[in-house]
Amino acid sequence: MRTTFIKTLEKVAARDDSIFLLTADLGFKLFDRFRDAYSERFINVGVAEANMIGIAAGLALSGKNVYCYSIAPFLTMRCLEQIRIDLCYQNLNVKLLGIGGGLVYGLEGTTHHAVEDLAIMRSLPNMTVVAPGDKREAEALANESVRYQGPIYIRLSKEGGIQVHKTTPGLKIGKGFIVKEGAGLTIITAGNLLFTSKSVSDILESKNVKTTLISMHTIKPLDIKLLERCLKTSKAIFTIEEHSIVGGLGSAVAEVLLELGYKGIFRRFGLPDRYGPYIGKTEYLRKKYRLTPKAIANSILRVLNYK
Amino acid sequence: MNIEELKKICLEVRKDIIRMLGEAGSGHPGGSLSAVELVVALYFSVMRHRAKEPDWEERDRFILSKGHCCPLLYAVLAKCGYFPAEKLLTLRKLKSPLQGHPHNLEVPGIEASTGSLGQGLSIANGIALAGKLDKKNYRVYCLLGDGETDEGQVWEAAMTANHYHLDNLCAIVDRNRLQIDGNTEEIKQLEPYAEKWKAFGWYVIEIKGNKIEEVLSAYNEVKKVEGRPSVIVAHTVKGKGVSFMENIAEWHGKAPKKEETEKALEELK
Repeated sequence: MRTTFIKTLEKVAARDDSIFLLTADLGFKLFDRFRDAYSERFINVGVAEANMIGIAAGLALSGKNVYCYSIAPFLTMRCLEQIRIDLCYQNLNVKLLGIGGGLVYGLEGTTHHAVEDLAIMRSLPNMTVVAPGDKREAEALANESVRYQGPIYIRLSKEGGIQVHKTTPGLKIGKGFIVKEGAGLTIITAGNLLFTSKSVSDILESKNVKTTLISMHTIKPLDIKLLERCLKTSKAIFTIEEHSIVGGLGSAVAEVLLELGYKGIFRRFGLPDRYGPYIGKTEYLRKKYRLTPKAIANSILRVLNYK
Repeated sequence: MNIEELKKICLEVRKDIIRMLGEAGSGHPGGSLSAVELVVALYFSVMRHRAKEPDWEERDRFILSKGHCCPLLYAVLAKCGYFPAEKLLTLRKLKSPLQGHPHNLEVPGIEASTGSLGQGLSIANGIALAGKLDKKNYRVYCLLGDGETDEGQVWEAAMTANHYHLDNLCAIVDRNRLQIDGNTEEIKQLEPYAEKWKAFGWYVIEIKGNKIEEVLSAYNEVKKVEGRPSVIVAHTVKGKGVSFMENIAEWHGKAPKKEETEKALEELK
């Protein structure tokens, strides 16, 4: 996903010399082409995230369109106050590329797991929060982000995911994307569990449960109109995300549904509100946290009293 | 503008600061008063800027990293004509753009929103880098408090400025030796201070920061420095100009009461 995003950015940077790319000493080799082609607009600030955000703010105040890259927890938490004041308070054109969204860095341990990032970024005024679900969504959102005014947090995951979209979808920041439509039950997902969510939907369908699947790639601002539509046609709504159940997609959707007067079934699938105790590859962790297609589909069927 | 005129402006700015804080009933007199010469010299002698065209692309930029001392900056900006002087007495009042810490989207002439210490020099780095890459001639000035340099981010920024040879960047440290809780050396030892900046690759000048002549000469000197950033370590007196505030830590963040305001204004005649 990140390779696709950076490649897309390289293409844009060729015709737009306001594009800058900053990294806090991460992305080894990933930026070689960008650096070789636009060396003046590539800055490795060293292992210093807070300073990176400040520099980005100064560049943006000077009319530049700046992308900052680091591993999601370092990018969102080490320098949270710089993001809040330098970027959000001043409403600057700086885009944060958080990689390893969710449990991508499974083996690295809890320090590298990005499981609170969406909640934290979502709480900041002026901040837009997006999480593409696969490479093709990453490409679409990369292009969208260039034109977008104001700060964005873009949560990316590593390459290797299975593509849900056959072609690059026409995504708009702030508008959820209906991947497939079925009656009665809606699954809403954001980020790297898109394929998992698609598989959940396939399993349910094999049991004759029709589902609508939405890729809610923009968690903030949330597509309320689309949720209004879901609520009218669904007796059950489920959210799926590789993020803590506190404050992420599930919370965002729940807030809106309750205010809209939704009275149907609602469940969040995400990570529990605790650290560890498991360390292992992403697939192993998903099993442990019951975020596999089978586990989620079974839970949904139980909630629906399906035998 | 000659020295006498600058001294007169400094005096008027000090009075404005006292009036503003007296009226507001809260705010930070100590560090506003100590840095008066440092900022007045910039806006009335050193920097190229246009009050009627705050976004003029070629302007020199000033970042007040120690944002709590904005009464000083507001007073100077008003005197330059960025906004009407009457606004000064609305400091910290409802609906006033003059907040307790400066916001660039509210006040013309404020380059960056500051108020949480340690962040300004990084922003100054970004602006200076952009200036270099765009082949602009503007210079960037950034005023920090000495206590503020307890913050690690300042030193991250100091390394970056040296790494990118930002000779269009000048930091000024208001070395008044007091922070909220007392003497800087007792709270977290800063000395040997100039040596720290030197070790980070900066061109360092130490001056008496309340002597306008020394301030001007330092600003002239740093303009000639090539290949690296400069820092002016300005030894100042916190609360300068008001006898009962001078060198008293408690006046870091306390506004003068009515009688104290009158007494201070009397002294500043």
